[in-house]
Amino acid sequence: MTEQIQGDWPLYEVFVRGKRGLNHVHVGSLHAADDEMAVRHARDVYTRRNEGVSIWVVRSDAITASSPDEKDPLFAPSGDKVYRHPTFYDIPDNVPHM
Amino acid sequence: MDMNHTPDPSHLPDDDSVYEGLLVGDDSQWAFGTDFEDPLAGVDTTVPDGVDTHQLAVYCLMLADDALVMSHRLSEWCSNAPDLEEDIALANIALDLLGQARLLLARAAAADPSVVPALPDGSPVPPEDALAFFRDDREFRNVRLVEADNGDFAMTIARLLLFSTWRLALFQRLAASRDHVLSAVAVKGVKEMTYHRDYAGRWFLTLARGTDESRRRLVAGLEAIWPLHGELFTTHAAELVTAESGVGVDPATVADEVDVRLEQVFSMSGVDRPDVAPLAGVRGKTGRCGLHTEALSRLLAEMQVVARAHPTGSW
Repeated sequence: MTEQIQGDWPLYEVFVRGKRGLNHVHVGSLHAADDEMAVRHARDVYTRRNEGVSIWVVRSDAITASSPDEKDPLFAPSGDKVYRHPTFYDIPDNVPHM
Repeated sequence: MDMNHTPDPSHLPDDDSVYEGLLVGDDSQWAFGTDFEDPLAGVDTTVPDGVDTHQLAVYCLMLADDALVMSHRLSEWCSNAPDLEEDIALANIALDLLGQARLLLARAAAADPSVVPALPDGSPVPPEDALAFFRDDREFRNVRLVEADNGDFAMTIARLLLFSTWRLALFQRLAASRDHVLSAVAVKGVKEMTYHRDYAGRWFLTLARGTDESRRRLVAGLEAIWPLHGELFTTHAAELVTAESGVGVDPATVADEVDVRLEQVFSMSGVDRPDVAPLAGVRGKTGRCGLHTEALSRLLAEMQVVARAHPTGSW
């Protein structure tokens, strides 16, 4: 109790892996006092309809994001590089998740 | 292949959204989700040999009413909890308990239909609803711990810790019941209440070791609810008879285990076991006998008023 008591809980971002999913996917955010509570809150808020089998949480302020101002220099150059797409050969039927 | 093709959204892999998978499978009866499990699928519903069906029904009512009344109290936190996240957490726990109550009320009605209140001819109300909404307080068999008013969040947490620790220990033993339905309900409930106890235990510790104010409220809440704690381990005749025939659990047999569990939480939290006397019954009779506090009457009035106004209503 020596630390300053904060009035608001920090914000966490929640990632859930669905039963059929391969990746953890961002599903939303929530408030929690600490990391463990965030996992439990995520369980209660985001997996109550049988959606998930695994949860990741991370404090929102730990995420470094690209800025909307940088949109053109970051992303526009890839807009015309059609040769980077794997569309020049047929994918065999038995290759999943493409 | 078209060099400039864009993916057809209908062929995106499932993991683009965790909710995508919910639209797959036979989910015609559900608004959301699939792969739901019927906890009684394939379960033999005949009453085992040598079991008194009336005593089994009474025992099922006891376990059902504990869950039903506790569920109602927890549901009173909807939109009132300290935080949106806690609001949903408490509602989830309430719904778990309501699910247990439904299965147990249905089992009581199946074991001995005479326990179900009579309704007007042609009433579509199923037996489980008739038991929940058309019995008076004297016919409810829940322990008095669950009917007390919620108090503040800390008191609710203290009660939930006592309740879930006790009920989890009961259900762990009930999983071995000779009655296959009770066993299936217990197996389902153990998973649910393991989480409830974890939730309550974490909050108990957090509040006890939090601020002076949170600790003061927690200690006060625990003291307020403690007089109803001893009743959890008092054996009623129906519990004894069903335990002897291998279908029920004598609550006295879980007292030591529950005590050890609670002591762990208390010592980690630096909270002393309250030194307050048990709440007396009426001539020794308490909740299991149908003798309750005034709080249950008010709770039932609110819970039952709509159903009772429409005994032939279809919901």
